[in-house]
Amino acid sequence: MDELILKVKNEIITALKLEGMTPDEIDTDAPLFNEGLGLDSIDALELIVLMDKNYGIVVEDPKVGKQALESVRTMAEFIKNNRKS
Amino acid sequence: MNSRITQYCIIRNGKIFLNGEEFFSNDIAESPLVFFKSALKHLNISYPKFYKMDSLSKLAFLASEVILIQDKARGSFPNDRVALVLSNSVSCLDTDVEYQKSISDRNNYYPSPALFVYTLPNIMIGEICIRNKYQGENIFFCSEAFNADLIYSYVNMLLQTNKADKCITGWIDFLGNSYEAVLFLIEREGNSNTIEFNIENLNKLYKGI
Repeated sequence: MDELILKVKNEIITALKLEGMTPDEIDTDAPLFNEGLGLDSIDALELIVLMDKNYGIVVEDPKVGKQALESVRTMAEFIKNNRKS
Repeated sequence: MNSRITQYCIIRNGKIFLNGEEFFSNDIAESPLVFFKSALKHLNISYPKFYKMDSLSKLAFLASEVILIQDKARGSFPNDRVALVLSNSVSCLDTDVEYQKSISDRNNYYPSPALFVYTLPNIMIGEICIRNKYQGENIFFCSEAFNADLIYSYVNMLLQTNKADKCITGWIDFLGNSYEAVLFLIEREGNSNTIEFNIENLNKLYKGI
């Protein structure tokens, strides 16, 4: 799981173009939106696309997506349980 | 009316100057982004949104943070009375080029929203407004070089017509590895110990360091 968490952090940095940020600067359990990384709705779209492109996961239910994107840990767990690629 | 330049910040060549004094230096940084990140750490600012910004906005954000250090300490900023008037020579070309790259390959076509939002130069003004909750007048100008006449005329009009009490104005330019920020805080009722707001002084301070 730690390996996947690190991979997800790196993918978030790339997808959201968090230039200058390193994976260790992202708190695994901090909220991704508002607090924590301070992401917004545009970033949510980027993360949904990331999961589709990199793992073949299509998020159709907004409630499911919201829960999955609470933190890096919930996102990694969601990917682990639903990945197709 | 006798408006004053109460603060000014210059960022060039790995150095930040505040009111003519060196504030921070990291001229061995291997890239502008490394320099910007080290400056953010020096300012002891925790603001994750900084990392999402494009390089132009990062530069504008840093210059504004430096120029506002003393005013924030005083804590007297009416949010709707602060105007922003910024300018540069290359608009947001640095980000435009990146965005163009992201959509030029038909086999790997992805117009990233995170990148697209920065394909307007006045987004850097928005970033400063979001950070400081400013709701005053704002405008961005593109000119070949720093144009003190233009800045003076526009800011003076804002202050004289009572559209604002204070104005953050200046030059924020970024392209590739080349960058320059020269930002002034202009106040309608500035302290007499500060610098008179006029074209000659704007030019002198811009060229000074």
